[in-house]
Amino acid sequence: MSDSDRWFLQELESRGVSRRDFMGFCSAMAAALALPRSAAAAIAAGIQKTDKPVIVWLEFQDCAGNTESFLRASRPTAAQIVLDTLSVDYHETIMAAAGHQAEEALARTVKEKAGGYIAVVEGSIPTGANGAYCTIGGRSALQIAREVCGSAAATIAMGTCATFGGLPAAAPNPTGALGVGDAVPGVKNLINLSACPANVENLTALVVYFLTYKRWPELDAWHRPLFAYGKAIHDNCERRAHFDAGQYVEAWGDEAHRTGYCLYKMGCKGPVTFQNCPNVRWNEGTNWPIGCGHPCIGCAEPDFWDKMTPFYAHLQNVPGFGVTSSVDKVGLWATVGVGAAFAAHGFVSLGKRWRNAEHHPAAREKAAEAQRREDDKKGGQP
Amino acid sequence: MTHIVVDPVTRIEGHLRIEAEVDGGSVREAWSSSTMFRGVELILKGRDPRDAWAFTQRICGVCTTVHAIASIRAVENAIGAVPPPNARLLRNLIIATQCVQDHVVHFYHLHALDWVDIVSALTADPARTAVLAQSISDWPLSSPTYFAAVQNKVKGFVERGQLGPFANAYWGHSAYKLPAEANLMAVAHYLEALEWQREVIKIHAVLGGKNPHLQGFLVGGMATPVDPDKQASINMGSIALMRGLIAKARDFVARVYIPDLLAVASFYKDWAGYGGGVGNYLVYGEYPLDDAKQPELFLPSGVIRNKDLSRVEAFDPEKITEHVKHSWYDYAGGDDQTLHPSSGETKPHYTGPEPPFERLHTEGKYSWLKSPRYDGLPMEVGPLSRMLVAYGSGHPRVKELVGTVLQKLGVGPEALFSTLGRVAARGIETLLLAERMEGWLDDLAANIGHDLRIHDNDKWSPSSPGVKPSEYCHRYEDSSLSQQILPGQAKPDHRKTGRGRTAFRDGGRTDRGA
Repeated sequence: MSDSDRWFLQELESRGVSRRDFMGFCSAMAAALALPRSAAAAIAAGIQKTDKPVIVWLEFQDCAGNTESFLRASRPTAAQIVLDTLSVDYHETIMAAAGHQAEEALARTVKEKAGGYIAVVEGSIPTGANGAYCTIGGRSALQIAREVCGSAAATIAMGTCATFGGLPAAAPNPTGALGVGDAVPGVKNLINLSACPANVENLTALVVYFLTYKRWPELDAWHRPLFAYGKAIHDNCERRAHFDAGQYVEAWGDEAHRTGYCLYKMGCKGPVTFQNCPNVRWNEGTNWPIGCGHPCIGCAEPDFWDKMTPFYAHLQNVPGFGVTSSVDKVGLWATVGVGAAFAAHGFVSLGKRWRNAEHHPAAREKAAEAQRREDDKKGGQP
Repeated sequence: MTHIVVDPVTRIEGHLRIEAEVDGGSVREAWSSSTMFRGVELILKGRDPRDAWAFTQRICGVCTTVHAIASIRAVENAIGAVPPPNARLLRNLIIATQCVQDHVVHFYHLHALDWVDIVSALTADPARTAVLAQSISDWPLSSPTYFAAVQNKVKGFVERGQLGPFANAYWGHSAYKLPAEANLMAVAHYLEALEWQREVIKIHAVLGGKNPHLQGFLVGGMATPVDPDKQASINMGSIALMRGLIAKARDFVARVYIPDLLAVASFYKDWAGYGGGVGNYLVYGEYPLDDAKQPELFLPSGVIRNKDLSRVEAFDPEKITEHVKHSWYDYAGGDDQTLHPSSGETKPHYTGPEPPFERLHTEGKYSWLKSPRYDGLPMEVGPLSRMLVAYGSGHPRVKELVGTVLQKLGVGPEALFSTLGRVAARGIETLLLAERMEGWLDDLAANIGHDLRIHDNDKWSPSSPGVKPSEYCHRYEDSSLSQQILPGQAKPDHRKTGRGRTAFRDGGRTDRGA
């Protein structure tokens, strides 16, 4: 055993974690990453031999929901090791220093660790009013993001606001809010962990992946790791058998709802949402939204506040049996599907809403499309 | 006169900036500025009111239940939906869990670093720390070996040279008054509370699928089915799980949080002379105990003016106004107007300095928060207000707990109107709710034996008749907020919402002062 290994094991023990607990954690991580059991040793080695990676956690137009998610990191005691193994040099919600001293800590990390730290971003970045919709220490979110993400080894956008703009970017996007990828184009090694909030299990898995392989995971078209966003919720849902059998909840609290039938008719967006929610679940595997009886609202997908609403309107044209194959194919179909749902539940309000969109190009496009359809509809009437 | 700026104010949710004029060691003038705007009010316009709760919920991910429930009650009141008893009990459990978990996080992880010097804990004697811990509580994790292990953990962390979130702080400052042993004990409990909060919040996962941003809410009730004979419903298994978690919550609050609070407070009694605040207290009331239209509330609503606990006035929502004289918004009728939230306007118009900037134009507009007033007065909201209104209304358990705390600290009732009083009130409320929760769980267990209703299905469809303007207020664990919902003029089968929000906590100035 090398000195550093011995040091690491002592370190573990001082934190109340036995070697066995630690290896158990590494096996669990290996399983979460769909790796063979033998990978556990490699993961353990990866964690031990690396210096504490430095994290800078930025909060912009956020609600601190991803920070709270971070504080729920599960995998008892061992997750604490992984998080202790990181050095969180800046994080407004938990750091002791405030004001100038907080900003000094940030400036020092950006300067001294340039190119070597990981930036985590929570919240969207407003582009309206010259950035005055969100300032910290007198600087705009955009100015800070350009500097901090610009010098980072990698940027992890945590939550749907940081990835796709999220709630602030919902129509009419009053502040011109954007996700990091759009606000700071060309940022190095951008990893998007969407969902509202992002599940901390996926952040932990991402970090361990990096420590193990010294590279970042394979990503989908939206820069999301395939190990967490590779399959539709519908395809892994514990209620899928009821969908296939045509057994649906029809009213809240009815026999079907109490029995755990499919929530498709109540508006579930699981068929068009890609995330490992049903697999990893939440709060140490205690439950997940569909498990508690509420439909999926599609929170991991781009523009979900506009595309997935009304939340309780059911999707149209969901394919029958079988597994949905690719995100691109389903993504395209979903837009059409949800568009049809909109049609069934009243175009007028959406047309009005989108006409107000001023900032976001995507919102402008959608506004134009909705307007065209509304006009067609009017034109088609006698 | 020195002008100082504190930005960011850390260990809070949101973005807050303080500017102040300091003269001879005293603050002469101060301005509090919210430096972030999203426009949730504007985003909600024209949407299905049944969706609104999910939008408002995202106003805050720390108090992840309160904005959702305020929205839901506003819509329910507008459409006349009546949630059944099971929904009331599920919501009480959810709101109380939020309050208990978040107050403990507030004390240990947000606030404690202002009182507890982590670096000083390195010089503590673990044996004397054990004596201290055992003298204030029978909590079992209190041996010299345990505290030595915690100290080693901190030592290892410091020696490794990467202080992370504890870097560049104020360690060693003379304002820290705790002896090294008390600091070590508090650090141990900081770490224990971090584990504890993650456990206790599983009640939210059971009832809402996940935390943060639990998803089990519905206008008209809850989406969480109840049925003792079903696997996919709240049944005796889930009730047993929650019972264990509630016991764990209560145990930690009674045997760690409250003794720590009293121990720490006894070294900071001079803080009974700081932080007097505005002296007016406002509470909307919470925890309905029955299903009447005007239910009895476990924590009553009310208004106290000028610290006069002998007079608790009835709360009247009509007396709330919002001002934008010093906020970055325009009112169509001029910025000197005062608008009731039901006719409120949100038209952002930034007139401050272009970032990056050193100073705000504090003589003019300087914040993204509007300034709310009650009957023209600034009000304090939060745990202190709730405990004072309950005390003034004769709530027996609150009177008992407040009396005990004052006696143990050896201070008079005037000490309540201070920073010390605010910290104490938060602890008292936590204990009060941690004790009360099991009763609601018992009521739920009994009720689902014969009543499986969770939702008012009659009012779910947009074609249900009967929409009226309404307002519903929801007390909130660190502020108070109300939400208004206005029926649209459009088609009767597609209700629209306009919505406003009034947050008293961080509001700024009017012409009549902060």
